[in-house]
Amino acid sequence: MSDRSLPAAEAGPSATTGERVLNGVIDVILIVFCILMLLPLVFLVSNAFKSPQELLQWPPTIIPRQATLENITSVLAETPLLRWIGNTFLFAVLSTVAIVTTSAVSGYVLGKFRFPGVHIIFGMILATAIIPFEVYMIPLYLGVQQLGLLNSLWGLLIGYLVMSFGIFLIRQYVIASIPDELIEAARIDGASEGWIFLRIVVPLMRGPLGTLAVLAFFQSWTAFTWPMIITATKESYTLEVGLALFQTGFTVDLGRLSAAAALALLPSILFFAFMRRNFVQGVASSGLKE
Amino acid sequence: MRELAGTWHRKGFTFAILALLPALIIYTLVRFIPIIETLRLSLFQWNLISRRKPFIGLDNFRELFTDSLFLEALRNTTIIAFGVLAITVPLGLVLAALIHHRTRSRFAGFYETSIFIPHVVSLVPAAMAWKWIFDARLGPLNTLLGFFGLPPQAWLFDPVLAIICVIVLCSWQALGYAVLIFLVGFKNIPQSLYEAARLDGASALQCFRHISIPQLKPVLLYVSVITLIAAFNIYAQVFVLASDSQGAPGRLVRVLVLDMLENSFRNYRVGYAAAEAVILLAIVLALTAIQFRVFREKGRP
Repeated sequence: MSDRSLPAAEAGPSATTGERVLNGVIDVILIVFCILMLLPLVFLVSNAFKSPQELLQWPPTIIPRQATLENITSVLAETPLLRWIGNTFLFAVLSTVAIVTTSAVSGYVLGKFRFPGVHIIFGMILATAIIPFEVYMIPLYLGVQQLGLLNSLWGLLIGYLVMSFGIFLIRQYVIASIPDELIEAARIDGASEGWIFLRIVVPLMRGPLGTLAVLAFFQSWTAFTWPMIITATKESYTLEVGLALFQTGFTVDLGRLSAAAALALLPSILFFAFMRRNFVQGVASSGLKE
Repeated sequence: MRELAGTWHRKGFTFAILALLPALIIYTLVRFIPIIETLRLSLFQWNLISRRKPFIGLDNFRELFTDSLFLEALRNTTIIAFGVLAITVPLGLVLAALIHHRTRSRFAGFYETSIFIPHVVSLVPAAMAWKWIFDARLGPLNTLLGFFGLPPQAWLFDPVLAIICVIVLCSWQALGYAVLIFLVGFKNIPQSLYEAARLDGASALQCFRHISIPQLKPVLLYVSVITLIAAFNIYAQVFVLASDSQGAPGRLVRVLVLDMLENSFRNYRVGYAAAEAVILLAIVLALTAIQFRVFREKGRP
């Protein structure tokens, strides 16, 4: 994404008046469009701070005239929202650790070692990347149920321990960017395979591993269908599930709904802001999010 | 490299097997077995509460195609998938072209980020924001309609309108991904093509039509297939947006995953739901096959 090459139409400082006007028009169109894209999220956050009267006003205000924390405090008092955030965080962190570890080890082995069956193993792993989780989640659910892991963190995790795209990403990187000579030299010096992997290969893979960690974290942070069927008690919900079920209650009013949603949205926006580069790289390098 | 690999063969073999083992065990338990189990269950009358689970061949599939609820789910899901496609791909392409054209603008970062954010934020809160926009009594959309003298609509309570709402929400989300991939595509088009066309006096629009579009064809296809596949698995969006008159989430717009979950967890017909999952798999595989075929013709892996 660092390549900032430009189409011929873009002429820089020597642009004619006509081109400059055209560029200005395009900027205006894009700015208006981008604001429209952001508006639903902006309104959600702003509604969280509005009084019931102000919520009914037209046109809706973007900055609440009399901002109130009432909605947020009552949501925090009524729902285990913080607990849900904690559950989701733990789930996302453990899933990320599992995915990064399995991807780093398997990606390296599949990229650098040749032995019978290695292509078949890689092919099978890659093939499962195409198959949507929804296709096999019911047998997986039955397995989790048999193990007695419903409503637990472990039940959630079972669906999110590996990521085929992660193995693919690391393998491609290993093949393209880690020279055989480096590994061979370490071998000649008598280094063990484990030492080579941990001390030479892993430090070189820091970039793609970071990107993968961001993708993996977000994948479980925003997961819905699997947590929805695995968890059935208020204490075990993830944030997305708790929120989705909270909003179906009839007694809940708009201000409190928005407050809950805004609180849930905030971590994901902040996380995105910090990790923007890794994110864009990961998504751009392939959209095979599972 | 092959030569070198030969010398590694003996040395690294134990390490390689030991290192792959955890992933292989996990894959077997949480991917391969469940996938095969789905295929197997689809051939049985596998009911969660009855002890007898007889083999019934393709009966589940035969029954599915006479099941009005399943057909409705299949139809809705297809309409949503193609609806999202019809909005996301053309709009994404135009936006990416405009953003690419303005790469030097000081707003370039703002454009990319603000279109991409809906794609990455948590889905449920984002869907709740849209639920408010579409709300029949309080929603700004109806107020806006009233402003133009148009009657308010029961956006989320009319089955047809509710599908439109789902398509709008999903397109809003999918757009960022499409724009991002198209931007990468634009950056990969050789500049010499444009320069040559310029010398021949081609206009910007002609360049777009005769250079950009053909060059982007593989990317266009890739985004289309990914968008369709994602939309066929849709569930969370309808769960939040489309509650029926009894308030049951998602029921108003029946989609495949919803129908599957109802069959397994409400009707306890796991074999029947597995047959639905197999159909979902068939759709996804067919889309992927189309993608591979066209890519091979293009000679681009």
